[in-house]
Amino acid sequence: MPFSAQLINLMAALLLLIAFAMLSQRRILSLIYLFAWQGAVLAANSVIVAWSTGQTHLYYSALLTLALKAIILPWILHRLIIRLNIKWDVETLINIPTTMLVGIALVVISFNLALPVTQLAGTITRGTLGIAIAMVLLSFLMMITRRKAVPQVIGFLAMENGLFFAATSTTYGMPMVVELGIALDVLVGMLILGIFFFQVREAFDSLDLKHMEKLREE
Amino acid sequence: MILTTAPIDIVVGVVLYWIGIGLAGLVRPLSLRFISRVLFPLGAMGGLVLMAAALLGIPAAPATRVLPLGLPDLPFHIRLDALSAFFIGLLGVAVVGISLFSTGYFRRGQGTAPGLLCLQYHLFLAAMVTVLLADDAYLFMVAWETMAITSYFLVTSSHKIPEIRSAGFLYLLIAHIGAIAILLCFGVLQGGRGDYTFAAMRESELSAFWSSAAFMLALFGFGAKAGILPLHVWLPEAHPAAPSPISALMSGVMLKTAIYGMLRVTFDLLQTQLWWWGALALALGLLTAVFGVMFAAVQTDMKRLLAYSSIENIGVILAGIGLTIIFHAYGNPHLAALSLVATLYHSLNHACFKSLLFLATGSVLHATHERSLGKLGGLIRNMPWVAVTALIGSLAIAGLPPLNGFVSEWLLLQAFLFSPGLANPYLNMLVPVAAAALVLAAALSGYVMVKFYGVIFLGQYREARLAEARDEGPWARAGLVWLSAACVLLGVLPVGVILLLDHVTLPLVNFAIGTSAARTGWLLIAPVSPERASYGPLLFLLGITGTVLLTFALVRRLYHGRVRRGDAWDCGFPAQNARMQDTAEGFGQPIKQIFEPFFRIRRHLPSPFDAQPFYSATSEDRLWYWLYLPVARLNERLAAWIGILQHGRIYLYLLYSFVTLLALLMFVR
Repeated sequence: MPFSAQLINLMAALLLLIAFAMLSQRRILSLIYLFAWQGAVLAANSVIVAWSTGQTHLYYSALLTLALKAIILPWILHRLIIRLNIKWDVETLINIPTTMLVGIALVVISFNLALPVTQLAGTITRGTLGIAIAMVLLSFLMMITRRKAVPQVIGFLAMENGLFFAATSTTYGMPMVVELGIALDVLVGMLILGIFFFQVREAFDSLDLKHMEKLREE
Repeated sequence: MILTTAPIDIVVGVVLYWIGIGLAGLVRPLSLRFISRVLFPLGAMGGLVLMAAALLGIPAAPATRVLPLGLPDLPFHIRLDALSAFFIGLLGVAVVGISLFSTGYFRRGQGTAPGLLCLQYHLFLAAMVTVLLADDAYLFMVAWETMAITSYFLVTSSHKIPEIRSAGFLYLLIAHIGAIAILLCFGVLQGGRGDYTFAAMRESELSAFWSSAAFMLALFGFGAKAGILPLHVWLPEAHPAAPSPISALMSGVMLKTAIYGMLRVTFDLLQTQLWWWGALALALGLLTAVFGVMFAAVQTDMKRLLAYSSIENIGVILAGIGLTIIFHAYGNPHLAALSLVATLYHSLNHACFKSLLFLATGSVLHATHERSLGKLGGLIRNMPWVAVTALIGSLAIAGLPPLNGFVSEWLLLQAFLFSPGLANPYLNMLVPVAAAALVLAAALSGYVMVKFYGVIFLGQYREARLAEARDEGPWARAGLVWLSAACVLLGVLPVGVILLLDHVTLPLVNFAIGTSAARTGWLLIAPVSPERASYGPLLFLLGITGTVLLTFALVRRLYHGRVRRGDAWDCGFPAQNARMQDTAEGFGQPIKQIFEPFFRIRRHLPSPFDAQPFYSATSEDRLWYWLYLPVARLNERLAAWIGILQHGRIYLYLLYSFVTLLALLMFVR
């Protein structure tokens, strides 16, 4: 196995580790740091793929990822929680060990799902598709198990990271236009959600989403 | 100039003209004077032009046009053939009368502003003409939905009253369910080739199964609009809710567009007709007819009574369509043409007399502000014009010679009775039964009309204030007289109409009865042969007029002017007052007793010790409880089950997507 492939596998393993770390993390501030690290590793992975395959457009995409997901978004989130003054622990709906067990089951399922695709693909990064799917599912699981609004948004952003990783590992990334579009969407979505947080707190005096249950039709 | 233009272009011109008049109503939407004195009479002119176009278009060869409208690459196709020209003529005749009447009808401050009403009214007319012109499913559905929506707004023009809103909702609901069935029917008809023009549908070869599916969908979809059992429930709700000219338009003309659609799909777009379709339509039609007339007999609201009578007439027309299909499927073109002529003739007649009667109820309503038959009576003294025209309409709808109702019902009965041994023994046994049911419906409709006319116009005033009722103004009189004249002329000169109808039946059932019916001249019609049955309406008219005049003169001469002495014994009636005359309730009582199982009757009987006793009885439709309420309850229960999914907890919603995603990933490889 060439050195670059080993490096890519290392990055993938790191990403999966971070995903599990996020799933088990109780503190919002640490969650944001983990999210920033995830973005950084993702950018590094793109650089390695670009370097080993000669796909130059992946450099730009790596730069974009680093700027947006490792710096700007974590910075916005950080400012947000300081402004909202919510540095307290994250409450989970299901306790952490159970969540981790479910997460392991999801990883097994993802690898099982990725198997037929891996056999067909001819890219250097093909082994990592399973991890990409696992990242998406784990982020989804995180959104489900968190009760507060901010961790749910982080889960949503992490899911987008997983999709980006899947695109890189199967087809060396999406076309530049699509990537730019998604990046802009994520940024705008983040800003809107930020405003939304303030509105939710204004209305309910809390960011706990269980207050939204009142909105249902009787 | 009008003679050199093709009829189809004249019709398109009238559609645009009506849309223009409707938009002109928005220029001064609050000026009742401008709208009712200028725009509605101008609209009536459009009806006259349509009649002329129809007279030119029925004998002419089919003409087609492609309009530069619609979506890119999907233009509107229109076509004027004898069938659509006939129905356009029908619309023209009715619209002239109704628009003239409307000129004097709409008053200030009743819900919708006059300008908006004018727009809706004329768009409704334009949409109906477009339905009749359409030559592709696309334009047909667009026009059909426009018709449904404009008529919905017209029905709910007094939208401040909750009952009217709910009646309008019921109408809109059933209209949409019907429209879905029609859309599916066109989907079946195009045969998987993706070409939705009617020309392509005529070419497509469907198997017996798919043909039957298309016919059943058409029967359901158009039946919902026409008010065929069990989709009739909106009629008795919507007609009393709507202003009278609108009821007249909906009952007289809009129901006929559904009949047109049924004929168009069955005889033009479908290439084969199976006999059991006819048997089904016949059975449904007769059920609808008998049901409608039975309910009409027990109504105490004059507009509901007419609505149920419309259901009866639609049933008769549907039975005629069914009979035509049976004869056509068994290769008996002569009788097929005869029953088709009877069907079309009855459609035309119904458009005239039902519009007339609805307009007459409108006049009564305006003069007395009363819809309940129990509080009317004796209006012939105050409203002679309305009373005389309504008498003509009532006699026509009751099917008495020499008026038009008799001609079509007689023709239909001829078709029933002359059926000489079809190839199917069961049908042979059942057709006489069907004829008996038709006669029952016709006789009961006479009964209903005696009640309708007698209770409203004859006898004494049931309320003192009825003495102040005033007759209609000149515009409304003109509308009423126009429609009564149509009833008389259609009754007296049937041969001309039948000769015109030949052009309609020839392409549809490949036979025309006109020449044989008219072989003894224009005085006498003999649909099959002069030896078997013939009818000379003009002789009837002369005979009846002569008898009436003679009797009048004799009574005048021999009876009046003699000395009479009052009896010592008055048989217990020293004075006769309004409470002694037969009421609508009492008149309908025998029917209520005989057909009791068909009604759901709720009575309130006073106790002997009650200080203020009152009696009330309402007859309701059992189908409402058997069919509609269970469906509504099922719908609510399903909605409640789906409502269980809605918790308002975001993590549960996320879980739904998560589980769906996993399931799709696992099972849909």
